Amino acid sequence: MEWEVVIGLEIHAQLATKSKIFSGASTEYGADANTQACAVDLGLPGVLPVFNEEALRMAVKFGLAIDAEIGKKSVFDRKNYFYPDLPKGYQTTQLHHPIVGMGHIDIELDDGSTRRINVTRAHLEEDAGKSVHEGFGTMSGIDLNRAGTPLVEIVSEPEMRSAKEAAAYFRKMHSIVTYLGICDGDLSQGSMRCDCNVSLRPKGQEEFGTRTEIKNVNSFRNVERAIEVEIERQMDILEDGGSITQETRLYDADKNETRSMRSKEVANDYRYFPCPDLLPVIIDDNYIEAVRETLPELPDAKRHRFVKDHGLSTTEAAVLASSRDLAHYFETAAHAANDYKLAANWVQADVSAALNRLEISVTELAATAEQLGRILVLIKDNTLNNGGAKEVFNALVEGKGDGSVDCIDSLIDSMGLKQVSDTGAIEAIVDEVLANNQKLVESYLATPVEKRGKAMGPFIGQTRKAAKGVNPQVVMEVLKKKLSELG
Amino acid sequence: MHNKTIAQIARDLAAGEYSSVEITQSLLTRIEQLDKTYNSFITVTAEQALAQAKAADEQRAAGNANAWTGVPMAHKDIFCTNGVLTSCASKMLSNFVAPYDATVVSNFNQAGAVSLGKLNMDEFAMGSSNESSYYGGVKNPWDIERVPGGSSGGSAAAVAARLVPGATATDTGGSIRQPAAFCGITGLKPTYGRVSRWGMIAFASSLDQGGTMTRTAEDSAMMLNVMASFDPKDSTCVDQDIPDYTATLNNSIEGLTIGLPKEYFRDDLSAEMQQQVRDAIAEFEKMGAKVKEISLPNTHLAIPAYYVVAPAECSANLSRMDGVRFGHRCENPQDINDLYKRSRGEGFGEEVKRRIMVGAYALSAGFYDAYYKQAQQVRRLIKNDFVEAFKEVDVIMSPTTPSPAFKAGEKTSDPVAMYLEDIFTIALNLAGLPGMSIPCGQVAAEGGNPLPVGLQLIGNYFDEARLLNLGHQFQQATDWHQQAPADLA
Amino acid sequence: MALEQDQVRNIAELARLQIDENQIGEYQKNLTNILDLVDQLSTADTTGVEPMAHPLDAVQRLRADAVTESNQREHFQTIAPATDNGHYLVPRVIE
Repeated sequence: MEWEVVIGLEIHAQLATKSKIFSGASTEYGADANTQACAVDLGLPGVLPVFNEEALRMAVKFGLAIDAEIGKKSVFDRKNYFYPDLPKGYQTTQLHHPIVGMGHIDIELDDGSTRRINVTRAHLEEDAGKSVHEGFGTMSGIDLNRAGTPLVEIVSEPEMRSAKEAAAYFRKMHSIVTYLGICDGDLSQGSMRCDCNVSLRPKGQEEFGTRTEIKNVNSFRNVERAIEVEIERQMDILEDGGSITQETRLYDADKNETRSMRSKEVANDYRYFPCPDLLPVIIDDNYIEAVRETLPELPDAKRHRFVKDHGLSTTEAAVLASSRDLAHYFETAAHAANDYKLAANWVQADVSAALNRLEISVTELAATAEQLGRILVLIKDNTLNNGGAKEVFNALVEGKGDGSVDCIDSLIDSMGLKQVSDTGAIEAIVDEVLANNQKLVESYLATPVEKRGKAMGPFIGQTRKAAKGVNPQVVMEVLKKKLSELG
Repeated sequence: MHNKTIAQIARDLAAGEYSSVEITQSLLTRIEQLDKTYNSFITVTAEQALAQAKAADEQRAAGNANAWTGVPMAHKDIFCTNGVLTSCASKMLSNFVAPYDATVVSNFNQAGAVSLGKLNMDEFAMGSSNESSYYGGVKNPWDIERVPGGSSGGSAAAVAARLVPGATATDTGGSIRQPAAFCGITGLKPTYGRVSRWGMIAFASSLDQGGTMTRTAEDSAMMLNVMASFDPKDSTCVDQDIPDYTATLNNSIEGLTIGLPKEYFRDDLSAEMQQQVRDAIAEFEKMGAKVKEISLPNTHLAIPAYYVVAPAECSANLSRMDGVRFGHRCENPQDINDLYKRSRGEGFGEEVKRRIMVGAYALSAGFYDAYYKQAQQVRRLIKNDFVEAFKEVDVIMSPTTPSPAFKAGEKTSDPVAMYLEDIFTIALNLAGLPGMSIPCGQVAAEGGNPLPVGLQLIGNYFDEARLLNLGHQFQQATDWHQQAPADLA
Repeated sequence: MALEQDQVRNIAELARLQIDENQIGEYQKNLTNILDLVDQLSTADTTGVEPMAHPLDAVQRLRADAVTESNQREHFQTIAPATDNGHYLVPRVIE
C-alpha cells in the first residue's frame, strides 16, 4: 500500500530574556545547580508570580513575524501534574487563550519551490527544571535553575509530509526566532527543542492515522533522522497488518532508533484551569503596532532582496540569509566594499572556512565584517592581490591587529603585501629574474612559439617570489614584452 | 496593661507611661500564664519580641518614633516570617522555617511593631472552628468548651483573651469575620487586592485576603494603615491610593443608607440573635442613617460556588507540598510516587485532603464545565447582586453568623454542617468585597456564659474607610466591644 | 452525585494522597455529601454569563525584565529534606 506521512511539530523556544518569566532570577545558562532558582522558581509556600514584560514583547514579535493573529487577551492556565522537576506541581501555560493564534511560514524544498506550513498557535509557558541521574547513587538530583525560563511553544498544523520538510520547518523556525533576537537558538544548550508528532495513513484517506510523539529532539539532523526511522518503524508495523499505539517515544541518536517511554501508570488528567495568581494579559493595537515597528527584516525578505537587488544566485542568497549573524556580517562587508558579489564569494569561501576550522560562530570571529569590507576595497583598487588579501584576512582571524579597520593598512605594510603595479619597478625585478635564470630563458627560447604561453609559468612564480605584492597582470605584460625582446 | 487597645498603647508609649519592653514583657508573661488554656499561639517569639521592643524604645529615645513604634501584636501562622517556624498549622509545614518575610510582616516590622509570635489556625486556613490545626484546637475565651471559630481562631482568641491588642489574620470565606463574631472582637477583611498576598501561604488565591483582628474599629484602622500597601510582587495586589484609615473615623454617618438583605435575615435564625442585630442597626438609625430592605437573590448559591472554587484552587496551590524542597517528607520512600503519596498523605489532615480531592475532582476531565465553569459564572451572578445593591445603598448589614460559638466536636464529623457556618460571610469573598464584623450584643448560652453576637458590615469595593467609620461610631455609642469574658476582664 | 469507591481511589492517586484503604468509605461518604451540596449550582441559569476568575476584573501588571534575585541556595536548602552537591534529592526518576 502507498502511505502518506503526516507530521506536526511542537517547538519549544527559550526566550532570550535576562530574567525568568515570573521571577527576577537570572536565565543564564550553565550556572551551578540551584544557584539561579529563587523562592518563586522553587515554589516555596507563599510566593507569587509576576509576568515579565519582555517575554510578552518577544512572543508578540514572534506572532507578527509569522503573520499570526495576536491574542489581545491572553490567559495563563495551570497544567497540573506531579514531577520532581516541576516545583509547584503545575506548569503555568496558556491553554484556551494563547498570545499567538493561527499564522504561517514558508519552507524551501530541495527542488527550489516553497511550501506554506500553517502554525496553529504559539503560547507562553514556563520551562521545568532538570533531573540529573548520574552521581547521586540510587537517587536523582534536581536542579531548578532552568525552572521558570520563559518558553514559547510553537505548534504547527499536521501539514508536513516528509522528514525533510519537518527538518526544513525546524530550520526555518530557528532562523526566524534568531533573526528576531528572541531566542539564542543554541540547540546544544536546549534553547530550542522539538517534539515530533508522526503518523501514517493510506494515500487518499482523509482521516489521520494513530500518531506517536517523539519528545525533545534537539538538532536539525536528528529531527530528520528520528522522523525517518519512526516512519519506517510505523510502516513496518502497518504493512504487517499491525496497529500503532499512541504513545510518547524517545529518539536514541546513537542507535538511530526511537523507543517507547515508560508509560505512566495513571492516564494524565492535567486539570487545566486559569491561574488565579495571574490576571488576564491585555494588549491593544498601539502595543502591537509598536512591536511591529521593531521587527527586523526577516530571512525570506532578505533572501529575495539579495537576489533582486544585488544579483546573488538563489543558492547564495539562501546560504547567506539563513542565519541572522552571517547575513549581518555579509551585508556589513558588502556595504563597506560596495560589492555584494565579491563579499558573497568571500563569506562563502574564506569566512566559512575560518569558521569551520576554528569551530566558532561568526560573532566570535576576530576578523570583523568592517575589516573584511576594507580588504575587499583594497582588492578592488589593486592595493592587494588575491593572495595578499587572504594572508591579511587570515592574520586578522588569528588575532593580529587591534580589531580596527585602520590597522589593516599597517598590517599590509608590515607583512609586505602591498601590491606593486608600477611598471618600471616590475621591469627591474623581471630583469633580475631573467638574468638569474639563464637556463630557464634558454629552454623558453627553445620552446615553439605556440607553446610559450605555458612555459612562462616559472618566470611568473619567480617574479612573485622576488616581490610578494606584485600585481600579477602587470608582471604578465612585462614578462611577455621582455621575453619577446629576447627572441 | 493587657486591657489597653493599640491606640492607647501608642499614646502611652508616646507619653512615656511605660516602655515597649515593659508592655511586651507583660504580655509575654500573660501569654505564658494563660495560653496553656487557650492554645492560641503556635510559636511565641519572646526573645525576638524583646529585642524588637528594645530597638523600638531606642528609636523612640532617638526621636524617631511613629504611631506603631514598639506596639505589640502577633501574626497568624499563615504569614511567612523569616527565620521563624511558619507552619500553617499543618504537620506538612511543621518543620518549615520560612526563609523570607511576607510583605505584611515586613510592613509591620518596618513600622516598628513588636511581634509576639505566630497564632494558631485551622490547617491551611481550611475550617470554621480551628479544630483542624495540627497543633490542637483553640479554646474560645468566652467559654472554653466552645470553638473560637476559624480559620483565624488563634488570632481571635488571643485578642479576646487580651494576650495581644491586635493580630493579623486572613479571610477566604469568613475566616476573619466568623471568629471575630464568635470571640466578641472586631475583624476586618479588606477588599481583595488591598493587602499583599506575598508570603501569605495560599489557600484559594482568588479569595484569600489578609486583614485585622482587634478589639476596636479604631485599632483596625491603625492596623490597616500598616497592612495595606501596593506590592509589585503580587500581581493581584491593587495599585490604588491608600487613605489614612484613622482620618475618617469620626465622620458623621448621617444620611447614609444601610441595606438589609432579606436573604440574610432568615426565619431559622434565632429570634434572640436577630433581635441583637436589629437593635444594633437601630443604633445606626439613631445616628441618622436610613435603612432599606434589599435583595441579593443568588445568596443561596454562594456556598456551592465557594466549595468548587476554593477546593479547585487549593488542590493546585497545595501541590507544591511534595516533600522535595521543604516540609514533611515520609521515611524511606521507595520511588517518586511513594514519596509524594506518603509525604502528602501523612502531612495533610483530613479536611485538607478532602478539599484537595473535591478540587481535583471538580477540575478533572469531563466535569470542568459542570463544576468549575458553572461556579465561575455563578460567581459573577453573586457579584452582580452586590453591584446592583450598592447602587441603592452605602453599606449592607447582616448577622455575621447564623448562630453563636458552637461546642468543640459538635460539627467535626459533618463537613457540610461546618461549611454552612459561613453562609453570611462567603459571598463577599466570591465578590471580593470588604467586610467587617463588630460585636453588637450577647446571647446567653446554656450554662449561663454569655456569648458574643457579631454584626457584619459589607462595604463597596475599597470602601474600608466607611466600614471603619461606621464601626467606630457604633463603638462610641455602645460598649459591646469593651465586654470581656468574665474571668479575664 | 454519589462517588464510587474506585473514583475516590482514582482522585487520591491523581492528587498523590495516600489514603488508608479502611478510610475510603468515610471519604466516599463525605465527598459525596460535599458534591451534593455543590450540585445546587446546576439550578442556576448561567446562560451567557461570562465566567469570573477574579473578583476585580483587573489586568495583569508587567514586570521589567531585570535580574533582581541573587543566589540563596544555601539559605533555601537548609530547610530541604535531602540535598547533595546543591541538588535536591528524590528517589531515582527514569524516563
